Amino acid sequence: MGNFLSALLLQAGYNAALVATGSALLGFAAGASGTFLFLRKRALVSDAVAHATLPGVGLAFILMVALGGDGRSLLGLLAGSAVTAALGLLLVEWIARRTRLSEDAAIGAVLSVFFGVGIVLLTVIQTMSAGRQAGLESFLLGSTAGMLFQDAVVIAVGGTLAVLATYLLRRPMTLVAFDPEYAAASGYDVRRIDLAMMGLVMAVTVIGLKLVGLILIVAMLIVPPVTARFWTERAGRVVWIAGALGGVAGYLGAAISASAPALPTGPIIVLVAAGLFLLSLVLAPARGVAAALLRHRRFQRRVHRRQGLLALARSEPILERYTLRVLRAEGLVRPDGVATEAGRAQAAKVARDECRWDIARQVHQDAGLTGRYDGLTPIEEVFTADEIEAFDSRLGGPRPVGGLA
Amino acid sequence: MTRPTETPITLAATEGRVTPRAAIPADAPLVLRGLTVSYGEKPAVFSVDATFAPEAMTAIIGPNGAGKSTMLKAALGVIPRLSGEVAVFGQPIDVARDRIAYVPQRASVDWDFPTTVIDVVLMGLYRRVGLLGRLTGAHLSRARDCLDRVGMGDFAARQIGQLSGGQQQRVFLARALAQDADLYLLDEPFAGVDAATERAIIDVLKALKAQKKAVVCVHHDLATVASYFDEVFLINVRRIAQGPVAETFTAENLHATYGGRLATTHLDQLDLAQG
Repeated sequence: MGNFLSALLLQAGYNAALVATGSALLGFAAGASGTFLFLRKRALVSDAVAHATLPGVGLAFILMVALGGDGRSLLGLLAGSAVTAALGLLLVEWIARRTRLSEDAAIGAVLSVFFGVGIVLLTVIQTMSAGRQAGLESFLLGSTAGMLFQDAVVIAVGGTLAVLATYLLRRPMTLVAFDPEYAAASGYDVRRIDLAMMGLVMAVTVIGLKLVGLILIVAMLIVPPVTARFWTERAGRVVWIAGALGGVAGYLGAAISASAPALPTGPIIVLVAAGLFLLSLVLAPARGVAAALLRHRRFQRRVHRRQGLLALARSEPILERYTLRVLRAEGLVRPDGVATEAGRAQAAKVARDECRWDIARQVHQDAGLTGRYDGLTPIEEVFTADEIEAFDSRLGGPRPVGGLA
Repeated sequence: MTRPTETPITLAATEGRVTPRAAIPADAPLVLRGLTVSYGEKPAVFSVDATFAPEAMTAIIGPNGAGKSTMLKAALGVIPRLSGEVAVFGQPIDVARDRIAYVPQRASVDWDFPTTVIDVVLMGLYRRVGLLGRLTGAHLSRARDCLDRVGMGDFAARQIGQLSGGQQQRVFLARALAQDADLYLLDEPFAGVDAATERAIIDVLKALKAQKKAVVCVHHDLATVASYFDEVFLINVRRIAQGPVAETFTAENLHATYGGRLATTHLDQLDLAQG
């Protein structure tokens, strides 16, 4: 616990502080720029792009060694990964647009082929004399050991640019994700905006490669936006909430992994993000599972109450146990099933409401009205007292007894 | 055996000339010339010429699959056209894009998208604001005003998917109003909406016409053509007829458009022009 706290406060050594800061920045950039891909329902394109980075890493290493340089130069490797990632991205887009294959098939094909090529290259590199200590496998699952200051700078600069571009393009990307036809009719080039959207994601993937690895970076791009969606109904806010959640997950994950010797950083970050997702899934006020369940329960209760009271008014037997329970809990029915004084009064009221609605539907044969009669809305909420009086006069309620005067 | 008589056809091209095209009238809101759109190798719209009238409400009518929506989308560049030209107020569409407002069919939208009603209306202002601009209070009050015009002022904060179909359609009309265009193109605005919405929409469209705007609707309800619209454009892959409702909306033209699909009993109930 002490280790965790000191890691949380950036007091667990230079490397741990660097990793925590880098992870937080990467988390923010990934969450924010992954949002529109998620809203466009193309989240998995990022998986293909991430896997397509691997052959680039291998090729860049071989090229740099062949030119007599140090094959491990991070910027060189990232540049190589960006090239093949872009190639993979364009290929997915081309297959989906120009052939009869759908996008999911394109993603599957590109992902596996590029990853396969990458693994072959990595194996070849293992046999090269310069390749033994290359440590390129760390690009698969990420590695924080020996993270350099320049690595953090790459993340900071690249991440800032990605967030800035997301901010700049937020309106076109919102339009394209929400209503691509309208976007095209308004003169936006939908294809270019889509490519920009995926290009952003590609950039974040490349800069995060070293830290979390190509297999798990997808989680940082997708999970925070999905989590953020639970908390707001506005696209602009999803971006920032996703960024914040990603940043928190990155920071907390790095701190947790720094507090114990055997905890890998990338996977822990993803697990923290998944924890935040689970919390939101259950607890979010409007879209969460708990809230939805509660709403459904309340609604069901109202339906049963109404049906039970109508049955009382028509002296029909109430067979459903739940209905009886609801009425009993409100003191409308005695334990032996006989209506109480209050129950009879309520039943009469509900029956009258129902009759008034019958008249109202006859008088206003309007499609707009049918939407307002859900069987539960008291008529007083829809019509004025005068209108209800008019309905009552047509109801032909109790008339004075006696002949004509 | 008599040989079949061959009707002599004089081709202008054989004399080495091609008939010059009439100039595109600059005041026509939308002109289509030889517009062809195909899905695969099956033309959905074939070589259609159309000139839509200014300060009028035009209905595009035709059977299902006749290319009504396709024609509109191709004119706007939403789907690629195989051939043909499009002119908006005498200019290429990319120059005059800001003078057009489009209301797509409701089906094209992601209803669970995180956006509120007022956000949707503000989308109509995105192009005017630009990438770097800010949406100001003036923009917001403009959007609210447009919502009020379609009777949706009370729903500004709702998520778009929580509205009924008719309410959603009105919100999309409000988004088009926010663009303050000169030409309004609507794709089946009355499809699947309630009576109150239909009235609200037609009132707004008539108000637009009164402000000297042009309105073009893809329309499917023949019964309301005569009461809602001034002009009709009949299409079934090819252009069948175009003109004022009073002259063009005839039984003959409808038969040419719909073929046997239109029952005579149905025709009797329509307020048809005598042609």
